[in-house]
Amino acid sequence: MKKQWWKISTALLLIYSVMGGLLFDVPRLNIVNETIRALYFHVPMWFGMVAMFLVSTYHAIQYLRTSQPIHDTHSISFATVGLILGLLGIVTGMIWANYTWGSPWHGDPKQNGAAIALLVYFAYFILRGSVANQEQRARLSAVYNIFAFAAMIPLIFIIPRMTSSMHPGSGGNPGFNMYDLDSKMRMVFYPAVIGWIAMGTWIASLLVRTHLLNEKLEELEDEQNS
Amino acid sequence: MEKIKELLKKEFTLELRRKSVFSGLALYVFSTVFVYYLTFNLRQNLISPLVWSALFWVTILFSSINTIAKSFIGEKRGQELYFYSLVSPESIVLSKLIYNFLLCVILALTGFGLFVLFLSNPIEILWTFIVTIFLTSWGFAASLTLLSGIASKANNSHIVMTVLSFPIVISILLLSIKITKNCIDGLEASTNYDELLTLVAINCLVTAASYLLFPYIWRT
Repeated sequence: MKKQWWKISTALLLIYSVMGGLLFDVPRLNIVNETIRALYFHVPMWFGMVAMFLVSTYHAIQYLRTSQPIHDTHSISFATVGLILGLLGIVTGMIWANYTWGSPWHGDPKQNGAAIALLVYFAYFILRGSVANQEQRARLSAVYNIFAFAAMIPLIFIIPRMTSSMHPGSGGNPGFNMYDLDSKMRMVFYPAVIGWIAMGTWIASLLVRTHLLNEKLEELEDEQNS
Repeated sequence: MEKIKELLKKEFTLELRRKSVFSGLALYVFSTVFVYYLTFNLRQNLISPLVWSALFWVTILFSSINTIAKSFIGEKRGQELYFYSLVSPESIVLSKLIYNFLLCVILALTGFGLFVLFLSNPIEILWTFIVTIFLTSWGFAASLTLLSGIASKANNSHIVMTVLSFPIVISILLLSIKITKNCIDGLEASTNYDELLTLVAINCLVTAASYLLFPYIWRT
């Protein structure tokens, strides 16, 4: 029970940020209006996705260094959660864009970049599916994971900043920093970010545990059969 | 360094010996361009500069993927083991990388020549465009060489190769398309410095990643 404190605080943080995000006062801005509340749900998804992919890449590097299968399990679990968070990020962004830009998919550089970044990780799962040997699969996907992360950096951090975009925070559009006047938003935003990252870590650790249990089950079945 | 030179020499002798590969490639590009020519011949004013640039980069992208894919996928298992016992993986990846880079450059320049011959030449600032071709070829070679190594170990390698490489090279491609547009519009070279520098930076990143990661896929 002692180790559970962070799970309890994750739940509390998320309950707080969801309720606060929907109920608290927000600054009134032209066009954006009430949709500014998307900040509490959409942006933490991306922060969470990047954090998950970072951990996944870290474990891929560790796998290449040590060849311990546990690192491969961690790597795939965190990549799965990161991909889910990324999909949620795209969906929440599309809902927001539908009301402010007028259509869910606007062809904005940031949207396209995000979609391609997700394609990279879909390709990662396809690669895993098409290698039969377990050790080889772990090694190849670890290499691809690191390579994909390196290729993703320019895609979502550099190129969108070089092109003009309608996304808040770039191309002269108001971003988070413009809302400085209302520091109340930060009171909800930061807990939401921490909460979603912790939630992702929690789900990933559950995935790792089910994976390990499945492996144990298979071993036991093998023993029974022999 | 010596070993890289030797390996490069081996690649070239092999390539020149099996002329079918090289001429097959040339024919591939030629027929693609010829299909464009026949299609657009029906209504000639249809090729606006932007359509030209799209067709050009699509052609170069897919012929590069096809070319580089065979750098590891075609190799036989025993041959790999033999090289492994002779030289370090680093020199293998570097030699393959240089070789693929040269192949890509030749491919892109030939493609450019054919495009000018059959379609038109909307490029106003030639030198920037040539530099872009070189940088893009470098980026393609650096990323696709490693991916071909990965794909060669998987089942149905050719599909996996295309799936893996598309999202990775897209950031390089986006920049080249942007520079190409500037070249078509006749903007001065200095407007492209930012993009060219970013392209060089991405290439360095990808090359370093390939160089560091290749020994791990080689060791299986």
